[in-house]
Amino acid sequence: MYKVSADRIDELFAKIAAARTLYLPVDQNDGRAAYKEWSQGTKMSSQLNTVRSAKGFFFPQTTNLCDFNLKDKEIEVVDIRDESEDFVVFGVRACDARSFTILDKVFLAEPVDSYYATRREHGTVVTMACTEPEETCFCSVFGIDATAPEGDASCWCEGGDLYIRANTEKGEQFVSLISDMLTECDDTAVKAQQERVKDILSKLPFANVSTDYFEKNTLLDVFNSEKWAKLSESCLACGTCTFVCPTCQCYDIKDFDTGHGIKRYRTWDSCMYADFTKMAAANSRNTQMQRFRQRFMHKLVYFPDNNNGEYGCVGCGRCLVRCPISMNIVKVMKSFGEE
Amino acid sequence: MHNETLIPRIGVVTDIRQDTPDVKTFRVVGTDGKKLFEHIPGQCAMVSMPGVGEGMFSITSSPTNTEFMEFSIKKCGTLTSWLHSMDVGQQITVRGPYGNGFPVETTFKGKNLLFIAGGIGLAPLRSVINYVRDKRENYGSVQIVYGSRSKDDLVDYQEIIDEWMKCPDTEVNLTIDREQEGWDGHVGFIPNYVKELQPDTSKTVVMCGPPIMIKFTLAGLKELGFTDTNVFTTMELRMKCAIGKCGRCNIGNKYVCKDGPVFSFDQLSELPNEY
Amino acid sequence: MQEAIIKRAKELLADGTVNRVVGWKAGDFAYDVTPAVFTSAEELDKDFLYNDFCAPNLSKYLIKESRKEGKVLVFLKPCDSYSFNQLLKEHRILRDNVYVIAIPCRGKVDIGTVRDSGIKGITDMECDGETLTIHTLYGDKTMSHADSLGDKCKTCKTKKHAACFDEMIGEEGEPNNDGKRFEMVEKLEAMTSEERFNFWRNELSKCIRCNACRNVCPACSCENCVFDNPASGIQQRAAVTSFEENMFHLIRAFHVAGRCTDCGECTRVCPQNIPLHLLNRKYIKDINEFYGEYQAGENFDERAPLNAYTFTDCEPDVVYKRGGNA
Repeated sequence: MYKVSADRIDELFAKIAAARTLYLPVDQNDGRAAYKEWSQGTKMSSQLNTVRSAKGFFFPQTTNLCDFNLKDKEIEVVDIRDESEDFVVFGVRACDARSFTILDKVFLAEPVDSYYATRREHGTVVTMACTEPEETCFCSVFGIDATAPEGDASCWCEGGDLYIRANTEKGEQFVSLISDMLTECDDTAVKAQQERVKDILSKLPFANVSTDYFEKNTLLDVFNSEKWAKLSESCLACGTCTFVCPTCQCYDIKDFDTGHGIKRYRTWDSCMYADFTKMAAANSRNTQMQRFRQRFMHKLVYFPDNNNGEYGCVGCGRCLVRCPISMNIVKVMKSFGEE
Repeated sequence: MHNETLIPRIGVVTDIRQDTPDVKTFRVVGTDGKKLFEHIPGQCAMVSMPGVGEGMFSITSSPTNTEFMEFSIKKCGTLTSWLHSMDVGQQITVRGPYGNGFPVETTFKGKNLLFIAGGIGLAPLRSVINYVRDKRENYGSVQIVYGSRSKDDLVDYQEIIDEWMKCPDTEVNLTIDREQEGWDGHVGFIPNYVKELQPDTSKTVVMCGPPIMIKFTLAGLKELGFTDTNVFTTMELRMKCAIGKCGRCNIGNKYVCKDGPVFSFDQLSELPNEY
Repeated sequence: MQEAIIKRAKELLADGTVNRVVGWKAGDFAYDVTPAVFTSAEELDKDFLYNDFCAPNLSKYLIKESRKEGKVLVFLKPCDSYSFNQLLKEHRILRDNVYVIAIPCRGKVDIGTVRDSGIKGITDMECDGETLTIHTLYGDKTMSHADSLGDKCKTCKTKKHAACFDEMIGEEGEPNNDGKRFEMVEKLEAMTSEERFNFWRNELSKCIRCNACRNVCPACSCENCVFDNPASGIQQRAAVTSFEENMFHLIRAFHVAGRCTDCGECTRVCPQNIPLHLLNRKYIKDINEFYGEYQAGENFDERAPLNAYTFTDCEPDVVYKRGGNA
């Protein structure tokens, strides 16, 4: 473990940015945090989380997959992929860090998604331990420790110092970029902070939300439950929950005619949208109840069924904060838990 | 750089056959004139015209065909309308093969096979029927029950008459929904026809067609004593990636593009009825 | 107020006037209120809520609810009543199947506003009139009620209901004439076109095309939205280009111009905090200036300026003639 005085954080960021493109959460003019590229004078946000998750670094909202040039009956396919630059995402919370391993299970499964894989290879994730969790946090339900976030390297801010620990080879490389600013230290201060924050975490309102129902009941039992109708009845069918969610990864592929060639794009999509499963002749999910159910079944039943019991949720609480009608995964889990 | 399955290859359309008023069969090869890739019967490919759309289609030719691939496509949406309007020589894009395909080298081997198809539902079965014909010694008896709205809507009619009906130990039973001039074959819906035919329950069934046909035929088969385990079908849902990542073609925790499109009815019975 | 509302709802359920109630359902905290349909006295007692956090406008749900079996009871705040009336005017709600009770509103506390003031870990809130006491994981905080309001309530047009209700609980309010409603629009008008372009580029570039603004909007009630039409080339989902990102909101604002009642739900629900209501307010202000004062949803039978053609209508060149940056 290493440390550096928090007073020198600007100097630290400058050093990182000299070697890699550096992104970190920044307060925007409306006071809400978003990831931005660091430049001289940029201050890191002190908020717990950004409105949008960090998934966009590896799975951007839109990705140009390839281009096509059409001439008479001929088609030219242009592979526009290039090796992306090396970058560092600094200040990622434990929930978002875990979301990357969930996304990995989708995008890095065979056949590997090369767009995602390339970004993962070039990106270094530096996490920041939480000290002031929000009432909407429930990461511990999914076995995530907000005081010991995963990632290539982990940081803790405590007592005017920034503590850094490398977890992976990429993390070691990151530390070596700034090693002349760091001094080796023990983890006494970090341990004290962890103990203090763990106490808060254990008292969070949703610390004990149970996933038992989904483990004890079959896929069809959950699917056929009568609860879905009531839970989904006021859903607006917007994509807010999906788009702020760090683990939602459904996408659409569409072509855009620029007038001088076709660009094939991948864009985030939402299973909450009415046309998500619409085909020329039929639609397998015709009602909002079905679409609502799909989103939660995916996170709480289908994904765990396919991934050794791991849930497709990291408890970041973004959907709790942003849903226009305050319907969310915790209310779904609690509703099923009531039985 | 990694290979990328989402970046398609170019296919050239070398032949277009008007099968029925709204079904055409397209013959496709690579720009080098050779077959684009190998596949298993029942597998699919993503066919696209850039700027128009991309869609999943069953590869209707048999893998035993070493020269080209064929797709039998019914005109029903934007992309399929475009494909129907194109001429020979047109390039399109193709990526694949995708999906599991029929268990032709395992479960089906040595079995008596009963194929039941309705309308364009014959397209995905044509691949496996022709595969079985080409490797006739590996399979038992073959019975094909195929029906359509009218004689004109029977896909691959010529191939059925000229080749399938002449194949050894192969019985072909055709039916159309309503009486039609020039048709002296069976008239009636497939579920009833299958019941009339009383097929032997030792047969392994491969079925594809409209949902309503599947529903009633399956019920009829059960009455005859067939079990879910011995009845296979192939599914179709909206797809974008074809590799189990875009998240829309799932039935429960199974993705039609990756875990399907071929399912047995005992597999489907454990999944939500959302297709 | 809540007791009176629940009492009346139970009466109307009991005497068979209605068979269900559209209202607000309590969540886990004070602020996470969900619109819901209640069908029994027990459900009302257990979960029905009416307090300073019930911001969601229930009128749009009646498009669907008024087409179901039996009569439905709905409670409308002043601003919701304009949306309701406008939807009636557009023949989107079956009036005979709805029983409307007008209820007062003094402005709703917006959790986003409270959070953006830097208050974390909010487990509960209560309001004794002027002061909001906020219980958090990190101790109690206070905030004035006025400061805690969302944009839609800070510049509320009126506390007086549109005349569309069957009965009223509580006191009728007064129109708000403090002149603040168009303050921000005036500021934008005073900008140079470049400044204004940059303002909107900055705001609209945050858009993630979640469609929450469209889906919550009572004026957006098309059965098939142009943005859902694959053939339109501007189908929903993430914008591919910045052009799409801008045009989505501009097309939407134009489409609801003259029909938008200024309920402010678009801004309230925007996860990216884009002040979308300002686009609509600009059109409302322009309509007022070009055609005379008009409030969409105020009257059931009056023709709206944009679809009433009269000899006194202004000519299109009025936009150029008035000059300036606006």
